[in-house]
Amino acid sequence: MVYSYFPGCTLRAKAKGFDSSALASCKVLGVRFLELQEWQCCGATFPLQIDNSFPLVSPARTLASAKKAGRKLVTLCSACYNVLKRTNHVLREDLDKREKVCAFIEEDYFGDVEVLHLLEILRDKIGFGSLAAKVVSSFRGLPVAAYYGCLLLRPPDEVGIDDPEAPKVLEDFLSSLQCQPVEYPYKTECCGSYVALRPGELTVSPSRLIVESAKSRGAKVIVTSCPLCQFNLDYAQSENVARGEKAVPVVYFTQLLAIALGLGEEVLQFDGHIVPPGLIFQAAGVGGVGA
Amino acid sequence: MKLSREVIATEDKRKLQDISGEEVLSCYQCGKCSAGCAMTEAMDLLPHQVIRLLQLGQVEEALHSRTIWVCASCLACSARCPRGMNLPNVMESLRAQVLRPGDRSLNPADIPYELLEIIPEQALVAAFRKYT
Amino acid sequence: MKTGVFICHCGLNIGGVVDIPKVLESLSDYDSLGYVTDYRYMCSDPGQQLIKDAIRDKGLTGVVVAACSPAMHESTFRRVAEVAGLNPFRCEMANIREQCSWPHRGEPEKATEKASAIIRASLEKVRRNLELSSLSIPVTRQALVIGGGIAGMQAALDIADAGYKVTLVERLPYIGGHMAQLSETFPTLDCSQCILTPKSSEVGSHPNIDLFTNSEIHAISGYVGNFNVTIRRRTSYVNWDVCNGCGLCMEKCPVKRDSDFELGLAKTKAVSIAFPQAVPNRPVIDSEVCRHFTHGKCGVCEKVCPVGAIDFEQEDTFVDVKTGAIIVATGYDLHPKTKVGEYGYGVVKDVIDGLEFERLNSASGPTQGEIRRPSDGKIPKEIVFIQCVGSRDEENGYPYCSKICCMYTAKHARLYKHKVPDGQPYVFYMDIRAGGKGYEEFVQRTIEEEGVLYLRGRVSRVFEENGKTVVFGVDTLSNKKVEIYGDMVVLATAIIPSHGQTNLARLLKISTDEWGFLSEAHPKLRPVESLTRGIYIAGCAQAPKDIPDSVTQAGSAAAKVLALFSSDTLSHTPEVAFVDEELCRGCGLCIEACAYDARTLDVRRGLAVVNEVLCEGCGACQVACPSGATFQRNMDTAQVMSMIDAVI
Repeated sequence: MVYSYFPGCTLRAKAKGFDSSALASCKVLGVRFLELQEWQCCGATFPLQIDNSFPLVSPARTLASAKKAGRKLVTLCSACYNVLKRTNHVLREDLDKREKVCAFIEEDYFGDVEVLHLLEILRDKIGFGSLAAKVVSSFRGLPVAAYYGCLLLRPPDEVGIDDPEAPKVLEDFLSSLQCQPVEYPYKTECCGSYVALRPGELTVSPSRLIVESAKSRGAKVIVTSCPLCQFNLDYAQSENVARGEKAVPVVYFTQLLAIALGLGEEVLQFDGHIVPPGLIFQAAGVGGVGA
Repeated sequence: MKLSREVIATEDKRKLQDISGEEVLSCYQCGKCSAGCAMTEAMDLLPHQVIRLLQLGQVEEALHSRTIWVCASCLACSARCPRGMNLPNVMESLRAQVLRPGDRSLNPADIPYELLEIIPEQALVAAFRKYT
Repeated sequence: MKTGVFICHCGLNIGGVVDIPKVLESLSDYDSLGYVTDYRYMCSDPGQQLIKDAIRDKGLTGVVVAACSPAMHESTFRRVAEVAGLNPFRCEMANIREQCSWPHRGEPEKATEKASAIIRASLEKVRRNLELSSLSIPVTRQALVIGGGIAGMQAALDIADAGYKVTLVERLPYIGGHMAQLSETFPTLDCSQCILTPKSSEVGSHPNIDLFTNSEIHAISGYVGNFNVTIRRRTSYVNWDVCNGCGLCMEKCPVKRDSDFELGLAKTKAVSIAFPQAVPNRPVIDSEVCRHFTHGKCGVCEKVCPVGAIDFEQEDTFVDVKTGAIIVATGYDLHPKTKVGEYGYGVVKDVIDGLEFERLNSASGPTQGEIRRPSDGKIPKEIVFIQCVGSRDEENGYPYCSKICCMYTAKHARLYKHKVPDGQPYVFYMDIRAGGKGYEEFVQRTIEEEGVLYLRGRVSRVFEENGKTVVFGVDTLSNKKVEIYGDMVVLATAIIPSHGQTNLARLLKISTDEWGFLSEAHPKLRPVESLTRGIYIAGCAQAPKDIPDSVTQAGSAAAKVLALFSSDTLSHTPEVAFVDEELCRGCGLCIEACAYDARTLDVRRGLAVVNEVLCEGCGACQVACPSGATFQRNMDTAQVMSMIDAVI
């Protein structure tokens, strides 16, 4: 299995652990990611102004470059996935916009490159059953809450990798690693996203509600596939960490995957996390991960 | 509030429609959007109230609402809207109405340095696209 | 005498409160008890079979079913008894649900005792029940329909098409009712006249329909299958048999008056045909304004009539009709203008009601279908529709919803927008009730595609200022008070029963609700029957409803009439009053007591006589009779006394 790979900017900066854990895990699973020769930031948010096609240019360039590479395009970050898939959709459905964008990037691109999320590859190509068979380091029923957020699921007719109101792909993934998925009502609620950059705007952070809900249902770890979700949920617990209170580490699903596949700390790169995940895994007796 | 043809069919309202692609009159005012919005805690008007103002031609009032800046474009509202309205597009059109003349709603200098150091790049890109 | 007792659990309704094994046990000392048993649902097929088997196998001569109210299942179980070879009147129900387990839910021990007592009383009754057989009544297979609107027309046509004669009586000179005044109809916007006219002319020419317009019910007597009706045909001062509807009289008449059909928005003449497509197409002279009657001279119409049809001497005539069934479809009126002061109705000229707006919209109306306001004929550029005027206003109008206003207001706003594309309609509403096929979609299209602005709230005041019709109200969705300096206001005034309906109901001895709408026998299961057998109801006379519902109800009433006509006799319960002629002194107190006119005095013999067909067996006469001469069959004094003994 060989795919073109679009890491996106955050995975090469603040979310390095997401990138490295995924690439290392895929290697073990026999999936090859060939990074696109040319890519640029997707824009981080899909443009909602319908009279302005310009913000589509950047993701369209990336997509056109994948077309040239001739392979399906995989991405890890929920935001990139959302923007690329929606851009594809517009370029397929809206001839007027396609014409404008293609003229600008000087490429003929029709929105026809298949954009995949790593979760889709794990679910549909490898299969969670086969994945389970490759687990060398079991989580032994560690209760883990899956946090989907928005961008993997909405809008459901353009993006949705699962039922937008009752997704289970992450839970199935967790089960295959012998984690105990924790059900809680906030798993598709928004974490607050970029509004986090307006300090003082939010009196009660939506991220806090999400974390509290997962925690109250017994979650010891939260997994996500979006660097901003990871940050918001993690950051919401800064005070708890500072006060030495119990907090729930928020990790990328690929970090759990890497641990399960027996990969070492060097691919996990937990150092940027506010709530340190190591202790939990140590307590769970998984994969010799240190604090 | 005086209502008249002129008030409810303003140039501003037409512009908003051009930017968002949405007809606000299609809204039932059922409140589904507000019921499920994760950000209402920080809003002065609930999302459906913003739409109501637009239906009534009260664009200025909507433009001055905090709500339009708090919306995180999470699409929970539009995914559930029984009338299929893309509320996030409408919010975006209101932001655009303020920003296009050159205004900005987020000043880089106002972002605390400690936050800037740790927040993912993706947040910065998104925020500057939404707020400037 | 061997009586069987069958106790029904009614699921947990009875079984969950009454201790049934205990009741069974308590009956064990009762003599002449042939069989006792219980079952979870006695009305079910296996339950019924259980009774049938017991009657046959145990040779029962009487049956008591202890279950729900006889109103619910008496006929069911009597049929069961009859099938098993028992006289049905030897089957009684003991009501241990409505009269026992339901009201005594919290006191199961007392309920158990009471259930036992009720059953014992019923056993006493059955012991003395006579083996009766049903009475037979002849049926006149002709129908009378009162009201010639869409409901009445539909009912008349359905019965006439089935081959029976129908007499259709309409108060106005023409048929079609309010539907004839409408412009377009929701939600399809087809032209009202276009769909009505074919029906009207069919009614007018149907060989089985006798049409009496400009007529009223004068008197009525009799009972189901055998009504005698006197119709008063009001004079039109025109011999309709001679008149050919040429309209010359109308053209030449020098006296103008407000047209009723146009609701005062246009003038007509003292002699007039309401509208060109009227059926029958015959004129009526209004003697209140006709110069012949007011000044004793003129006679222009008489002079110009080419066929000599004008007859100033014509008087009301009376026609007697025998009929087996009656359908009342007397329609509706609108809440009077004068009663909504805050909306300026009747004071501000450009405030009109929904029907008036229909006329403005109608191609044959006073403005040829152009929306022009009454005050100065200008086309209104901003128009405000106000819903729930009188409706859903318990304090100042009526508590009920008039049901059609949401839809016709949406229709009005839409038709207005079609005719005045640069105009802005506003609708003040409380809720939008659009429950009907295609209705909700219609309203939403009106809002979204036509740009009609719906404001959620009531209006406080409407007044005139500098040629503007000013509306103050509120929008509770935005919590803002609203001011609109509009050009015209249309009020969706409440639907009320047509005037005279209460009198007619009294004449027919059928009941109405507190607002005057006719009462149905059962709101769900008998919606087109009145409580009086042989009298049926349809259309807005029963409650506000739209055209499809009126037509449906009319068809349903017609089906009931046809079922009645399926045989030339009817059966009637024999459990009615009878008079012991030896004891009766002819005092007549029972005649006053009878609510059904089932009693008359035979003066010659000095006796009260029972019309068994009209008697409902209520027992009022039995109570009123000072000589103890009156009894109910199967509920005589001895029976009642023994039942009381059994209980106490």
